[in-house]
Amino acid sequence: MAAIRSTSPPDPQPLLTLRGIAKRFPGVVALDGVELSLYPGQVTALVGENGAGKSTLVKILTGLYVPDEGQIEVDGKEVTFASPREAWAAGITAIHQETVMFDDLSVAENIFMGHMPVAASGAVDWATIQARSKDLLKRIDADVAPTAPLRSLGVAQKHQVEIARALSHDSRIVIMDEPTAALSRHEIDDLYRIINQLKAEGRAILFISHKFDEIFAVADRWTVFRDGTHVGAGWIAEVDQATLVRLMVGRPVDQVFPKVPVKIGDEIMQVEGLSHPTEFDDISFTLRSGEILGFYGLVGAGRSEVMQALFGLTTPSRGRIRISGKSVLIRSPQDAIREGIAYVPEDRQMQGAVLPLGIRQNTTLAMVDKLTRGLFSAPTKERDVTRRLGQKLFVKAANWEQRLGDLSGGNQQKVVIAKWLATQPRILIVDEPTKGIDVGSKAAVHGFISELAAEGLAVILVSSELPEVMGMSDRIIVMQEGRIVAEVHRDRATPEAIVAAAAGLEGAHA
Amino acid sequence: MKSLLQQRETVLALIIVAMGVAVSFWAPNFLAVKNFVDIATDTSFLTMMALAQMTVILTRGIDLSVASTLACSGMAAALIGKADLALPALLLVFIGIAVGGVLGMLNGLLVAALGIPPIVVTLGTMLVFRGLTFMIAQGKWVHDYEMSSSFLALPNVPILGVPMLVWIALIVIALFYVFLSYTRTGRMLYAVGGNPLAARYVGISVARQQFIVYAISGAVAGLCGVLWVSHFGTATPDGAVSFELQVVAACVIGGVSVAGGVGTVAGAVLGTLFLGVIENALSLINGSSHWQMAIAGLAIVTAVIINARSERTVGKLILPEARRAALKGSAR
Amino acid sequence: MSAPAQRYQVADRPPFNLTDLLLRWEVLLIALLVLVVAINGWATPNFLDFYNMTDATQVFSEKAILALAMALLIIAREIDLSVAAIIALASLAMGYCATQGFHAPVLICVGLGVGMLCGMLNGFLVTRLNAPSIALTIGTMSLYRGIARGVLKDQTYTQYPPDFQSFGQDYVTSSVPIYMSFLLFLVLAGVAALVLHAMPVGRKIMASGNNPVAARFSGVPVDRIRFLLFVASGLAAGLASVLLTARLGSTRPDIASGFELEAVTIVVLGGVSILGGSGTIGGVVLAAIVLGLVQFGLSLNNVTGIEISVMIGALLIGAIALPIIVRRLLGRSSTH
Repeated sequence: MAAIRSTSPPDPQPLLTLRGIAKRFPGVVALDGVELSLYPGQVTALVGENGAGKSTLVKILTGLYVPDEGQIEVDGKEVTFASPREAWAAGITAIHQETVMFDDLSVAENIFMGHMPVAASGAVDWATIQARSKDLLKRIDADVAPTAPLRSLGVAQKHQVEIARALSHDSRIVIMDEPTAALSRHEIDDLYRIINQLKAEGRAILFISHKFDEIFAVADRWTVFRDGTHVGAGWIAEVDQATLVRLMVGRPVDQVFPKVPVKIGDEIMQVEGLSHPTEFDDISFTLRSGEILGFYGLVGAGRSEVMQALFGLTTPSRGRIRISGKSVLIRSPQDAIREGIAYVPEDRQMQGAVLPLGIRQNTTLAMVDKLTRGLFSAPTKERDVTRRLGQKLFVKAANWEQRLGDLSGGNQQKVVIAKWLATQPRILIVDEPTKGIDVGSKAAVHGFISELAAEGLAVILVSSELPEVMGMSDRIIVMQEGRIVAEVHRDRATPEAIVAAAAGLEGAHA
Repeated sequence: MKSLLQQRETVLALIIVAMGVAVSFWAPNFLAVKNFVDIATDTSFLTMMALAQMTVILTRGIDLSVASTLACSGMAAALIGKADLALPALLLVFIGIAVGGVLGMLNGLLVAALGIPPIVVTLGTMLVFRGLTFMIAQGKWVHDYEMSSSFLALPNVPILGVPMLVWIALIVIALFYVFLSYTRTGRMLYAVGGNPLAARYVGISVARQQFIVYAISGAVAGLCGVLWVSHFGTATPDGAVSFELQVVAACVIGGVSVAGGVGTVAGAVLGTLFLGVIENALSLINGSSHWQMAIAGLAIVTAVIINARSERTVGKLILPEARRAALKGSAR
Repeated sequence: MSAPAQRYQVADRPPFNLTDLLLRWEVLLIALLVLVVAINGWATPNFLDFYNMTDATQVFSEKAILALAMALLIIAREIDLSVAAIIALASLAMGYCATQGFHAPVLICVGLGVGMLCGMLNGFLVTRLNAPSIALTIGTMSLYRGIARGVLKDQTYTQYPPDFQSFGQDYVTSSVPIYMSFLLFLVLAGVAALVLHAMPVGRKIMASGNNPVAARFSGVPVDRIRFLLFVASGLAAGLASVLLTARLGSTRPDIASGFELEAVTIVVLGGVSILGGSGTIGGVVLAAIVLGLVQFGLSLNNVTGIEISVMIGALLIGAIALPIIVRRLLGRSSTH
């Protein structure tokens, strides 16, 4: 789908300009001297690895954070946003990576919450809300009823409601943060159509993505962030993918996924017919020691849910799990840990780490019962374990008692992995292990995973990043809407086939 | 029709009707019109307070100081009325609302401006306001012979055979319905409680919403305080002690979720009706209300369990057939 | 593998920082304690009399025992508002048994047993049926006290045998002038401190209160821990009921009225966050003593019960609000 490219000379008046923006948190510099300009009728792609500062920038633009230094100008006039309301009033809206909406309210209310139209009497004008919601949803071709409760929608549909919300407001600056993570090919094409429409209406769009095909399909300009600063900007027509990648990563790409050839051992786990009433159906696969089994799919495909059932967090409605040939019943995480399964969850902040507690306390949390002297805790034993694993994973901190929340995302993830290594598992499940962490830690995490596989651990790698899955896995299983749709060996995997299968396209089985 | 039956409020209404039918076997005078009027009169205070408490709970807060605010405002109005018997009754009502509103705004300031958890704030103000009541009353009661006759008559004047108090409660119910369904501030309460982060994202000032609901809670408690004093003909420093727990109980029975973001006017009203019917039935059957608290407790526990089961996430809706089923089930 | 060339130097512990130590909530409480003793010692006649003070411990020890269990629950992000009602129900059971002629050993078992059963019901409903504890325990509070009221109606049990009453009214032994209730409080405080600060389960309680989802994902049996804490709370209420009933020598339906809120006040004043996940037993013990002495001192000065509760309410709000206000004022001045 061809995008409308701006061929006329650049509009001298940008709608939004950022100059010298800096933002610091305890222990971390998120942004340092950032410059950015957004022009009406043009899409600017913001490219950068996880942890480069993109989400902090979005929070500053939408008024959630106040920058420590720098200026923001809208229409040439300097502004400060003391609250999200002021950013909204200035015409800035954002479509977030993880939808942040109201599950208990209807679709129409979600679209208009915060800026509901009122009738002359001052009462909420429900008729207008319903009518305009219907229009907006039709405009983006969304098969969603305005009266439906948001709770009942799937991830992609919730995204569409967020787009409708951005359109409902006369926003001149639209920020899209990884908008296609959960969308199928067809829905992505719809999104391009909407973006073109917004451009024709003269709005400025900031398109944040790390998928190059999308960037080259839809953007006019580009900016690259790395480690909190911007390292380049220009016209899309004048740049190629290799240059962008080089700027993003700062070093040659081929070293990023160190796949060490490993002798793969016996089957250690067999899953047969695992099913859940609403989340997944008929999941069957095998896993061998030393193997890295990749699970690929769009966001919301049900992969994490399968893993959580394997780990005993949810109860499947039927199915069987065999470990080393023996049928096991896993009804709680304690059962899973006892069987040698470890699960590094996707959401580090909510599920993986207890951020207010210290590194030592987090590292020992899953096996603190083993580090005792009689009935009492033995802090010296805990420190030994923490030190050993912390050093093995190259955790960077001031001391082992430091509050986990003060460390960088990458170091937090290392501590979470350390916690699971402390339980000496035979099967390690990692769910989006490099989401939201900086480049250096990302490569390190990949390195550890390979090392662990070489030591004989069986690894399941759940990931939505195709290069990561293809680079690391020995076999790749693709899930779509709760079912397995493909299983491919590394030697026969092609990106096209995998992506097609994940989107549920016809004849896509590899 | 099926979805109407599945709605919590309908089920609660049916339960109340069923209870009424059952009671009428033991006490036929339950079904008298006069008895229904009595039930309405007795539950008027609880209804108004429950609606106000619901708005607070919607924002994930709680207001344990309402009973103390009620007592304090009522006492203040009674003392002023006693000092000058010529003051019009309506003025005393406004004084009561004003006193309650100010006390409520104090709560609102502590919660919204300082960010102190509501349970801690209202626990403290519950004690402070009650103490204030004792201090202004100097430990003494205000009796009916110390109040003007127009003041005493205010809530009891019958209109169409129904006391003014009930009409006032009906007006309050209507006002809350309009507020929560047809004003932006009212709708934003559901957003604030449902997902405070998302509410911030769309520019809602959580602090402002919180301040407003505690002010409303205080003002309604103030109104009820004045009406309470004139209805019962006495102002005592320990009036309405522990009433706040009944108020929260009525909300819970009516389906208001303690987690915030969920609750309807109909539900809160039905919750108070439920408790009111129980109390009325007990006094008709037994002549005494000694078991009322236990039955109310059982009702609250049952309601909380039912609430919890319906809120429990069934699991994410990923399989297409599961999503279709959910969509069908919730279409209105 | 792209790993950093050298290992990072990570210390085992942070360096000792005096300011951090002095800014701790427990230190504030110690300062408050000293202040209370000093002011009362000067202004109140007979305050510093040893026997008067030990008498004072009688009045707050029962609530303090409730507060210990309550603290653990609140740290685990739960709450039990039914504890005072459990006291009433246990007292009812003991009173009934006393009229049937039973003596102290049986009565004590009955009191503890009823407390434990009530706690088990609370725990079951919260963990198995996922009921929010604040709403649920408001319900069980009405239920338990309602049963007491329904059975007792307007009567009072007063026929308690002397060996039972002595349990609550006399010194532990005639040579040691400490009341049983205060001794039990100190012992239980020690146990609670060990559990929370020195045993693995204490770590799990902290994790459950800080982030129950992450705790569950880490293999912490969050539901089992919460159930046990509710049982402990019930047992504590049962014990408090034994001590209180023995001290009063009677049972009325409104016994221990308001104790649940006083217990929460002690816990919050003790530095435990109502949101869960942080707090120390030391803080709770100090808060119990401070509040007990404040009440004692004021009552010696003939301040009425109502006025005392006003001051406690103000103290609660002030203690929480002051650090926030100070932090705001300091924060503002540091950015300019």
